[in-house]
Amino acid sequence: MTTPEVNFAYLDERTKRMIRRAILKAVAIPGYQVPFGSREMPLPYGWGTGGIQVTASVIGPDDTLKVIDQGSDDTVNAVNIRRFFERTAGVNTTTRTHEATLIQTRHRIPEMPLTEGQILVYQVPVPEPMQRLEPRETETRTLHGLAEYGLMHVKLYEDIARYGHIATTYDYPVTVNHRYIMSPSPIPKFDNPKMHMNPALQLFGAGREKRIYAVPPYTAVESLAFEDHPFEIQKWNAVCAHCGATDSFLDEVITDDAGGRLHICSDSDYCQTRQDEQATEAA
Amino acid sequence: MYVAVKGGETAILNSYKLLAEQRRGDAAQAELSVDQIRQQLKLAVDRVMTEGSVYDPELAALAIKQASGDLVEAIFLLRAYRATLPRLGNTCALDTARMQLDRRISATFKDLPGGQVLGPTYDYTQRLLDFTLMANAQADDAAPAHALPAATALPDKVPRVVDLLNQEGLIETFERSDHDPAPRDLTREPLRFPADRATRLQNIARGDEGFLLAMAYSTQRGYSHSHPFVGEVRLGQVAVEIEPEELGFAISIGEMEITECEMVNQFAGSQTEPPKFTRGYGLAFGHSERKAMAMSLVDRALRAEELGEAIESPAQMQEFVLSHSDSLEASGFVQHLKLPHYVDFQSELELVRKMRAKLSRPADPAGALASAPQENA
Repeated sequence: MTTPEVNFAYLDERTKRMIRRAILKAVAIPGYQVPFGSREMPLPYGWGTGGIQVTASVIGPDDTLKVIDQGSDDTVNAVNIRRFFERTAGVNTTTRTHEATLIQTRHRIPEMPLTEGQILVYQVPVPEPMQRLEPRETETRTLHGLAEYGLMHVKLYEDIARYGHIATTYDYPVTVNHRYIMSPSPIPKFDNPKMHMNPALQLFGAGREKRIYAVPPYTAVESLAFEDHPFEIQKWNAVCAHCGATDSFLDEVITDDAGGRLHICSDSDYCQTRQDEQATEAA
Repeated sequence: MYVAVKGGETAILNSYKLLAEQRRGDAAQAELSVDQIRQQLKLAVDRVMTEGSVYDPELAALAIKQASGDLVEAIFLLRAYRATLPRLGNTCALDTARMQLDRRISATFKDLPGGQVLGPTYDYTQRLLDFTLMANAQADDAAPAHALPAATALPDKVPRVVDLLNQEGLIETFERSDHDPAPRDLTREPLRFPADRATRLQNIARGDEGFLLAMAYSTQRGYSHSHPFVGEVRLGQVAVEIEPEELGFAISIGEMEITECEMVNQFAGSQTEPPKFTRGYGLAFGHSERKAMAMSLVDRALRAEELGEAIESPAQMQEFVLSHSDSLEASGFVQHLKLPHYVDFQSELELVRKMRAKLSRPADPAGALASAPQENA
């Protein structure tokens, strides 16, 4: 396939300006969903068009881009989005978390802590945390306006009443800056604590639903919980089969048809870095 | 040692090649040209232009070729092309009373000014496979139509049925205000609720034909019945005009083929208004009658709130209809389930195991009846 003549990072400059305005508003009101004129991108809705538009609007020629999907740089969708920006913006790309100035992600936050000046762009399928409880946008908009979040708390309470614990494992709702309840996108709740007081700028793009929201650096992000049912993250009775990590999110891999399984880090860069370090130490 | 899947880039490049092969089919067969598609698959081209929101038969034909005939994919290609085009100006409102008609039918009056013109339609064909087409021969009835004698010459201006009804004051009218506001452009601004009628019409004009057809059909089967009659369906060429600021008068920039449908619906009246007929409106590029008619029924159903009708059925709920009408949004989100969800599934695995572990411990009553409640994201 050839790349036809397109503007830097695909979007035209007027569209980028419109999106940057939405981003500025989002940063000014942490956790608030800003409607924006989402464009039809050359990738399908649901594939990360919101994240792509945010990335396209903030990326510059000097940026170094990392793209991950489910924590990995190598899954087809991550590869595809990285190629899109290589073709349309010609920027440097990397798989190393600490080398990247801009990281677009689907469903994970890197294990390595982010630093000031980095931007993490999340792809968001459903920006409205209450959509499954109340599908009408006119209603949820009002609830956000009044900070009336009883619906969400009742849902969590009902989980506890029925199952003895909160039965949400990913896309676990958070309160941002003590005001708005926000969807962290479908990251595992394991990643939620990383959002809190993070030095990096966190931007969220929902292309199909046409919303942008943000968590500025060093902003309080608290996972919803009750005093007698505090927030907990996932734990494994296993270590990574590749690098031996005990502190990362582990994906389970089926190795045969006789129940054989092993666990490996979902964050491919974290795992590779640890393996390299171990190889250096051994040498 | 098992190694997690790598090599996504090579896989993608190989998939492009396989796709190109699939599209081309048997190389011994002549390749389909864009012109052939444009000329011989006109109705497909018209649908792609309508839902792709670009009036350009050549690009629509190209999109159909590139998409191997998958019209929703072709619409996607055309929309993505359109997305970054600059917006140069607005046209004047189309005057469809001045259309050059190829077809015009009314189900409400046997005869009316301008007459009934059947034109090209599948309506009265008998749906028997025509094996002469398989032999690439011309059917007997394929004599050039311009050789046919016109039943009557069509006048320049054919008044619309709704305007005729209006003379008696039997149908609602819409006065255009002096400060007729420019409609919201849904390709530039997000859809917000509640949406006004112009915005709703814009949404369903781009909406998926199959979805609108099903929604329209539901109104005929008891889910918000509106007693519809086809006031008129017309197909023809209409002039597109713009009025450049520096000129101060309108100039024609070309012609478009469009299908327009005015649906006339009963309205029982309210405490403040006498009974009269109300209207539902549909407009599509090219020859797209099914789309225009479905659109007009859905438009009428969506006016429930404005007309003081009880909102009880899906077709009347604007958040339901307008949020789910777009084939790009629907197709993308449904098909994104093909993308990896390892991390979310891992989280669910852990949860289900935890719940089952509790269930196997009879001392703990909380685990009873546990089932994973979460949906996919």
